[in-house]
This record gives sequence, structure tokens and C-alpha cells, in this order.
Amino acid sequence: MELSGAQILLECLKREGVEVLFGFPGGAVIDIYNELPNSSLKHVLVRHEQGAIHAADGFARASGKVGCCLVTSGPGATNTVTGIATAYMDSIPVVILTGQVPTPLIGNDAFQEVDIVGITRPCTKHNYLVKDVRELAHVIRQAFYLARSGRPGPVLVDLPKDVMQTKTKFIWPEDVKMRSYNPNVKPHAGQIKKVAQLLRDAKRPIIYAGGGVITSQGHEALTWLAQNLHIPVTATLMGLGCFPGNDKLWLGMLGMHGTYAANMAINNADFVLAVGARFDDRVTGKVSTFAPKATLVHVDIDPTSIQKNVSVHVPLVADCRLALEALKDELTPSLTEYDFEGGHLPWVSKVLAWAKEHPLTYHPSETTIKPQSVVEKLYELTKGEAVICTEVGQNQMWAAQFYRFKEPNCFLSSGGLGTMGYGFPAAIGAQFARPDKMVIDIAGDGSIQMNIQEMATSVCNNLGVKIVILNNGYLGMVRQWQELFYKKNYCETCMDAQPDFVKLAEAYGATGFRITDPADLERVLKQALDTPGTVIVDVRVEREENVYPMVPAGASLTDMLLV
Amino acid sequence: MRHILTVTVENEPGVLSRVAGLFSGRGFNIESLNVGPTLDPGVSIMTITTEGDEQIIEQIVKQLRKLITVIKVVDLTDLKSVLREMVLLKVNANDANRAEILRTVDIFRCKVVDVSIDELTIEATGNHEKINAIVGLLTRFGVKEISRSGMVAMKRSIQN
Repeated sequence: MELSGAQILLECLKREGVEVLFGFPGGAVIDIYNELPNSSLKHVLVRHEQGAIHAADGFARASGKVGCCLVTSGPGATNTVTGIATAYMDSIPVVILTGQVPTPLIGNDAFQEVDIVGITRPCTKHNYLVKDVRELAHVIRQAFYLARSGRPGPVLVDLPKDVMQTKTKFIWPEDVKMRSYNPNVKPHAGQIKKVAQLLRDAKRPIIYAGGGVITSQGHEALTWLAQNLHIPVTATLMGLGCFPGNDKLWLGMLGMHGTYAANMAINNADFVLAVGARFDDRVTGKVSTFAPKATLVHVDIDPTSIQKNVSVHVPLVADCRLALEALKDELTPSLTEYDFEGGHLPWVSKVLAWAKEHPLTYHPSETTIKPQSVVEKLYELTKGEAVICTEVGQNQMWAAQFYRFKEPNCFLSSGGLGTMGYGFPAAIGAQFARPDKMVIDIAGDGSIQMNIQEMATSVCNNLGVKIVILNNGYLGMVRQWQELFYKKNYCETCMDAQPDFVKLAEAYGATGFRITDPADLERVLKQALDTPGTVIVDVRVEREENVYPMVPAGASLTDMLLV
Repeated sequence: MRHILTVTVENEPGVLSRVAGLFSGRGFNIESLNVGPTLDPGVSIMTITTEGDEQIIEQIVKQLRKLITVIKVVDLTDLKSVLREMVLLKVNANDANRAEILRTVDIFRCKVVDVSIDELTIEATGNHEKINAIVGLLTRFGVKEISRSGMVAMKRSIQN
């Protein structure tokens, strides 16, 4: 039996395990939408295409599966570009389906035509323009395979309208074989032995974990390694949740807004196991002074990450989970021969002393609400079990610092690209992935307005997403930089005219709360979290609170500004 | 240092743009680039000459390998290889200097491929230095047009 391109597409999505499709219709994709009611796929109608891609990204991060979105040609496609770049920078598996004008019109500047394959070439893992319906099933199969395998990433498939209309025999390709793509996932046995020996010999070791540990589900092996070998653990923003936030070996995040203990430990370590992290400038600070006394081991699935920013002593190209499990197997017999606990005791005590000396803290107030206290309260009220999404800026850093993540896939934040407006649509995606979980978007008053239109999506789908706005009336992080490095020239960072967020919630059919008094914080937050459906909590916080510790851009990690 | 990379790619639309975009997007330098088909119609070979220190070349090679449509990357720099470029030069020629031009052409074993009353079109092949030398020598007669290829390269059969 012959099927149309649109029918083949939907059948392929079903076979690839897509549960939810976030999308927005338009002329070039009407044929696909026309077939949608005949498919078992759930479609979520967003209010802006950026919302669709971020929701697909949030779905992917919260579930560990491939997220998927569908938009029309031209502006529909270009509206997804920020979200594609967001997913690319954070290695998130997403498949983006874009409509395209009919093949005979391509290149003619037709209505709503744009070369989206050309535009997204540098910010996708790979992309395709399907010119022949007979290639369609193969391309979709490859797109999902590429998105989820190796170092994951976004893959875009551009679908001309006539290809969606043309009929052909549907053949499902059972296997995907690509001669030019064979990511190396197995760790090299010799390198594993070498790293294991370095771990046995290390006196002052530390694990520096990144998003690769979450992606590869390597958290259990990492936790085993840290706890049995008594190695302190720090993580990047993307790595939060890879190690229990209440373990005594947990140092918190490192880098620009990392903890004193984590940055001091990296600086004094004699051995750093970097796993699934990429030595980003926000992590290393001045790169020439990063971990100066340490033997560096770098485990990453992407060879380009290794030796890119920092020259390492032992590179190990492999899937992080497989590498960590191989280390576990290699080191298990050593547990009886070596006294790791005793051997590392002086070092661990020193690290814990740093943590005690300068813990993450702030000056409490009885008159104004401190933004950090809001995150602390959310942590207490949710027992650390919520999925936390963030926008970008101060709200993101406070969420990362003060919410102690217990498990992976529970902290969703635009780490690499730093996309304001990411958190709320990502929370919508996450709620579809985890209907059992409380999903909270910790937002700022600036960034929440960048995708506020998705309130309609959330309300319409009866989602229980809670938006907690740390409202300081500023673009807080830029204001903080202006205060510290630009002589308080608060140029264009004051958000003078703001909507009434409570009324805004009500206008969308959601519930709004406002908290201005620290005495009300816990009670009203609890009430908000207990309220069914979508909720906005407008928390008026201390206006000029800063995120500390802070390592000024380009400075060494030990040059921290402290509270 | 100059490096010569042989890049085997899937012969499909956009592949050149992926490679060129990688170089421009990451601030790598392309000195010359040559693309041509192979005996397999599905495969093309690019020869790229680029410059950078060891760390940059390592990144270039790895980034090229990361492109989904790239099948194989070989850095010929440390291998014994045959390197060739080609140039077409249209040179001013009059009765006074024609003999001198032809002598130069002879010495470099080039070919005259087109002749008119006041011009000679010369075809030269050779390695990078030889092409530079002949271009340098013929410039003084007045070069009206020049068309120079990228480098093509091949590893020698015997490496020792």
C-alpha cells in the first residue's frame, strides 16, 4: 500500500517512540497536520515556535529520550533557531521538523521560504532537506539515530510540501548504517588501567563532572567511585544532579559562581578526573591557572572536546557511563588492598574545612525577601524532589547554588548558550515527560517575559507548572556586572514598566500569588505549590542582591569575590 | 606551519558548505581548497591546505571528522606525498620578449596552450614552490590574467 509523505512521517515518528510532538501549524505543513488526527501522536499546540523547540528540549532533558517539534517554513523555522542553538550547546537530543515550500519553488524566494538547512548548519549536529519521498523514512531514521547517539544534539529535517503530498511504498528501514558516522563509545582498556593507577596514587583527587554524566546515565558509577575511593565531587551547571547534593563529598558547582570549596579544591588537587565536561571559560576562569598542580584526565565521547581549551595528560574518548563503569570494575579489587579513606582523609578534611570556612550563604533580612531564601524554601517544601527549570541570569545561579539536586534529569537550564526565556517552555516539556513530578520554573522578571505567551499552552493542557519569579525589577545579572565592573552605570537594566504578574496569571486562566513580606514566604509558597494547575508566584525580592561567590571573567578561580 | 589534509566526503549537496562553514565559523584558515569526484560517484575528495600550530591542526582534523558527511581525514604533512598545483597565466608577449618567455616556459617544463599576436597563455603544473617561482618570473612581462588551482595531493606508495 502506498502512503503519502505526511503519513510516512507520522508512522516513522511513532516507530521512533515519539510520544509528544510540540508544534505550530502553517501553510507548508498543513498536509502533516491534516494526517495528525489519524495518528496516535499527542500534539501540543504552542503559542510561538521558540516555545515548541524549548519544550521539546525540556522533554528530552527530563526524560532522557529524543524530543521532537514540528513547525512551518520561513518564520516558523527561523523562530526555532535560538532553541536549536540552545540544544546544540548543551548536547540535547532533539529532532526539529520544518516545513518547506514545494521543491520546484525552492530558491525562488517563494512566500515563507527560507534556507533553514543553510541557517542551522552551524548549530545542528546534522540537518537534511528531503527532496524525494522515497528517502523520507531513511532520513527520519538517521535523524533520530544521530540525535540520540554519540554526543547527542539537535537534528533538523526540512520537509518540502510536495514531498509530504507525494505517495510511495512505505518501507521501514530496520537498521541505520552510516559509513561516515561511528562514534567510539567503548573506553580503551589500556587507558582505563592508566587512569585507575593514577586514581590509586592520587593524594588530593577531585572529580569534575559535567553534563555528559547525566546524558550517559553515568551517575551511579560516578557516585560509586566517589564514595568508595573517598573523592570529593564538583560539577558544572550541566552536571548538577549527577551526585547527591546532600552527600558530604559534594562540594557544589565550580567556576564563576561556584563554591569556595570547589574552586579551592580544583586549585589544590593533584589529580582531576574531568568527566563529560568541556573546560568552558565559565568553569575554568583564567585557563592557564586552572588546576595547576593536577594530573588531568579527561573523559569525553567527543574527541573535539579533548585538548580544545586545556591540554590534558590522559585523554579517554568514550561514553562517560561506560568509562566510569570500567574504572569501577578495575578498581573494585583495589578496595581491599588500598586504604582510600585513610589516604584521602587529610585532603577531604581540608576540602571540608574550606566548605565550612566559606559556605554558600547570604545576609538574611527580616524586612526584604532574599532571593536565595526563596530557592531554599522551595528545596525544603519539595524535599529536593522537584524538576527545576531556570531562566538565565541570577535566578539560574541561585537555583543552581541553593537547590540540592538528588538525581539526574531534574535540573533543566540553558548552560552553554544562556538563553533567556528557556525555562518556562522547557518546564512545559518536562511536565509532559514527568507527569508524576512537581515542575518548577525559577524565573527572573526579565526572562519570564521572553516566552510568557506559553501560559496559554500550559493552562490549555492543564499542566501543573509552577513559575516562581524572583522579581527584583532588574535584569539582575547584567546589573550586578554594571555594579561591580561598570561603576554602577545601570544602563537599560531597570525593568520600569512591568505587568502585574498576578493579574497576568489570572488573564490566562491560571492562579497568581504575590509575596512581599519574608514572614509570608513559606506559607504562600506552600499554598502556591499546593494549588492545582499553572501558577505564577511573583516574589518581590531584595532588588540589588548579588550572586556570590563570583570569579570575575578572566580571573583565576581562587580570585573569588565572597559574600 | 602549513598542513595538507585529504578529506574524503559523501558527495551530496551542502557538503562543501559544511566544510567551508566549519573553517569560517571556528576561525580556521583555508589557504586553498580543491574538490573533485572519485571513481565512486557517491564520494568526493577535498584537498585542503591550511595553517596553524599543532593544537589548531588537531582541532581542525577532529572537527572535520565530527562532520557527519566526512568519511575520512588524512593529514599528509608528515607523510611522503606527491603535491601538485596548476596555474594558467595569460602573459603579455611582443617580438622583443617572446623568446625570453618561451625560454622560461621551457626551463620550467610548462606548456603554451594559447597564442595570439600579443599574448601567450601558459599552463604550469608543479608543487607550491615551483608555481610560485614561475608566477614570480613571468610577472615582469605583465600577467593579464591568472587562474590558479588548489592543491591536489596523494600519499606516495613507499614511505621509507
